[in-house]
Amino acid sequence: MFWTVTKSLLEGFGSTVEIFVMTLLFSLPLGLIISFGSMSKIKPIKLLTKCFVWVIRGTPLMLQLIIIFYGPGLLAVWAQGQDTGNAFIQWLAGINGFERFTAVIVSFVINYACYFSEIYRGGIESIPKGQYEAGQVLGMTKSQTFFKVVLLQVVKRIIPPMSNEIITLVKDTSLARTISVYEIIWAGQAFIKSDGLIWPLFYTGAFYLIFCGVLTVLFGKIEKKLDYFKS
Amino acid sequence: MAILEVSNLTKSFGKTEVLKGISLSLEEGQVMSIIGSSGSGKTTLLRCINFLETADSGKIMVDGDILFDGEDKTKHKAKETREKQLKIGLVFQQFNLFPQYNVLDNVTLAVKLRAKERPDYKQNKKQILKEIEENALRILADMGLSDKVDFYPCQLSGGQQQRVSIARAMALEPKILFFDEPTSALDPELTGEILKVIRELAEKKMTMVIVTHEMNFAKEVSDYIVFMDDGVTAEQGEAEELISNPKTDRLKAFLSKLKD
Repeated sequence: MFWTVTKSLLEGFGSTVEIFVMTLLFSLPLGLIISFGSMSKIKPIKLLTKCFVWVIRGTPLMLQLIIIFYGPGLLAVWAQGQDTGNAFIQWLAGINGFERFTAVIVSFVINYACYFSEIYRGGIESIPKGQYEAGQVLGMTKSQTFFKVVLLQVVKRIIPPMSNEIITLVKDTSLARTISVYEIIWAGQAFIKSDGLIWPLFYTGAFYLIFCGVLTVLFGKIEKKLDYFKS
Repeated sequence: MAILEVSNLTKSFGKTEVLKGISLSLEEGQVMSIIGSSGSGKTTLLRCINFLETADSGKIMVDGDILFDGEDKTKHKAKETREKQLKIGLVFQQFNLFPQYNVLDNVTLAVKLRAKERPDYKQNKKQILKEIEENALRILADMGLSDKVDFYPCQLSGGQQQRVSIARAMALEPKILFFDEPTSALDPELTGEILKVIRELAEKKMTMVIVTHEMNFAKEVSDYIVFMDDGVTAEQGEAEELISNPKTDRLKAFLSKLKD
């Protein structure tokens, strides 16, 4: 039985890792873009970005998941009931919404990008102005200063908060089952119904622990690698 | 002809007028010190000349080239500004070394990036990089840092860091080197080594402008002293004469306050 359970949980774990990797892949760069938005000198962009980040960080991920999955369909139903020539409402009536898995990735990416954006912003804003000024008086371009001087210092500063957030993501993937997306908790819980066993659900904890352990070691290594300088 | 010519420079931050029409000039190979109490506009003047602030009006000429002209409202290309920027070097009060690079790389980084723009860079890459490094090592040797080239800034004392930052500025071969209170961030026992380096540069006829609080040093090393007070050059003249024979009441008051 142990091996049957392990095999089944490994399958669920595969799905967990998939959500994890896809979320990171898109939210890491998107977060940088959002952070530029919230540091923008153009007031409306700054305000809009800050509002967006506030809404996303101020509501539960589980709720966002449900809204992103069910929302478009509900809108379409409502639009279909309207008797109007309005092109936008007609377009709304035709939308299909997301597949379950896509809905998970979309909401996770948006949610995590907002958290990452604040970490990036903190990192970039903590670099002393003198570093930019030194680059400038030495005749370096703005992008040379950012990539050759500032970036590595930012990376060094954001590694600890980033690793925190990324480890949280590992466990947040379990929220996917709210909209019936298969992952490891689901796989464990299935044994309650089918075989009357509760321990497979407890056993899933081991998978999370090992995964987070590996990530912790990895981030520790990166931190150590950047230990040679102080900034 | 003067190598640095500033005329009628003004700068305001909001409603506060920080520079109220500064004019000064400096001959090649000479050293000028700018003294004055905090808030007199010394640092703002330095930052305007170094493009870290944009003046409101007036004119700055370096080596026959117009660096800034308040009358000229056209937008200049970033590249053009960078070229002009390289005529002058700046040593910061807080050093502003790049922490992730060792001493040698701190000195060569900007020079190497600049070399990439040379048309013959691809063909002679090895030769060019070798020359840049040799030149940097020579400058570091002059600064007494030969044994520190592969150290990182965090492993150095404040005085050593400031010497690296002087070397970094010198590596770009500026026409004029500016110092913004180069010893203010240092422990008193470390100021001596920086002053020694500046003195040596002066002996080699490096043109320098130094904003400083070290009055004795200013008197000793500079040819010319400008006393700034409340956004104007309240008094300027030959170093010895100005310190020992202040003419204006404001300078007299400033000097006597320092003695207390």
